[in-house]
Amino acid sequence: MPEQQEPIEQLREIRNMMERSSRFVSLSGWSGITAGLAGLLGAFLAHRRIGHYYDVEYGQANASPEKLYNDLLLIAVGIFILAFVLAIFFTWRKSRHSDLPFWGEVSKRLLMNTMLPMLAGGIFILRLMEFNQYDFVAPACLIFYGLGLINGSKYTLGEVRYLGMAQLFLGLMNLFFMRDGLWFWAAGFGLMHIVYGTAMWWKYERKA
Amino acid sequence: MNLPIHKLNKAFDNRIRLGIMSALLMNEEVNFNFLKELLDITDGNLASHLKQLEETKYIKVTKGFLGRKTNTTYHITPAGEKAFREHLKVLEEMIARSK
Repeated sequence: MPEQQEPIEQLREIRNMMERSSRFVSLSGWSGITAGLAGLLGAFLAHRRIGHYYDVEYGQANASPEKLYNDLLLIAVGIFILAFVLAIFFTWRKSRHSDLPFWGEVSKRLLMNTMLPMLAGGIFILRLMEFNQYDFVAPACLIFYGLGLINGSKYTLGEVRYLGMAQLFLGLMNLFFMRDGLWFWAAGFGLMHIVYGTAMWWKYERKA
Repeated sequence: MNLPIHKLNKAFDNRIRLGIMSALLMNEEVNFNFLKELLDITDGNLASHLKQLEETKYIKVTKGFLGRKTNTTYHITPAGEKAFREHLKVLEEMIARSK
C-alpha cells in the first residue's frame, strides 16, 4: 500500500479508523435473529409449563409452586445461555470474515457497558423473587435489558439504541398489564430481536 | 486546478500516523497494544510513528503500570486535535475542488 494517498482515500481511511477504534461493528444480524428464536422458544416452554401447572397440578396435594418457579428459572437460564452462545458464534464468524478483532478493547468496552445495568437488574430481580414478586420479573428483565442496550449502543452499531428503547418501552408497558408478562417477554426477547436482526442483516450483511 | 497541497500537514502524510490520530480523536486515551491491534503493524514501526507525533507535540505519552506490566497510554493534545481537524478540512476542500 502506498504511504501517500489520494485525499478521498485518506478520508475513507480516517473514517474507517475512527469507527474501528470506537465501535464494535461486527455484531451480526444473525445473532439477533437466533436470540429472538431462542426467546420465542423460551416463552413457549414457559407457557406450556405454566399451563401444565394449572391444568394438571393445581389443587392436587402434590402441587408445588416452588417446583414451577424452579422450572421456569431453569428455562430462563437455559434460554439465556443458548441465546448468548448463538449470538457470540455469529458475531465471531462475522468478525473473522471482516478481519476485525473479536476480543479487544472495543468489544470489552461494549460488554462492560451493556452488562453493568444488566447485572444491577439481575440482582434486583433475584431480590424480587425472594419476596415472591414474580409479576415484576418480566417487566424488570425488559427494562434493565433495554437500559443495558441503550448504554452499550455508544460502542456498537447505533441501531442497538432503538432495540434498547423498544425493550424499555415494552417493559414499562408491562408494568400496567402485570398478568401478561409472558406475552411482553415473547414480544421483547423474541419478536423484537428477530425484527432487529433481520433489519441489520438486510442493511449490513445482505451483499457481503 | 490549484490544489492546496502545500497546506497539508506533513505530520499526517502517512496512513499509520493518520490512523493513530483518528483513534486518539475518538478515544480519551489508548494504549500501545490497542493501536498495534487496530493498525496491524509491528512494535518497532508503531513506536517510530508515535515518536514522530510526540515530537510535534500532537500527542502526549503517559507511562504507567497495569499490575507489574508497563502500560503506556497516548492522548491527543489540544494542538494535535486542532492540527488534525485542520488537515481534515483541507482534505475535504481538495475533494470539493477536484470535482
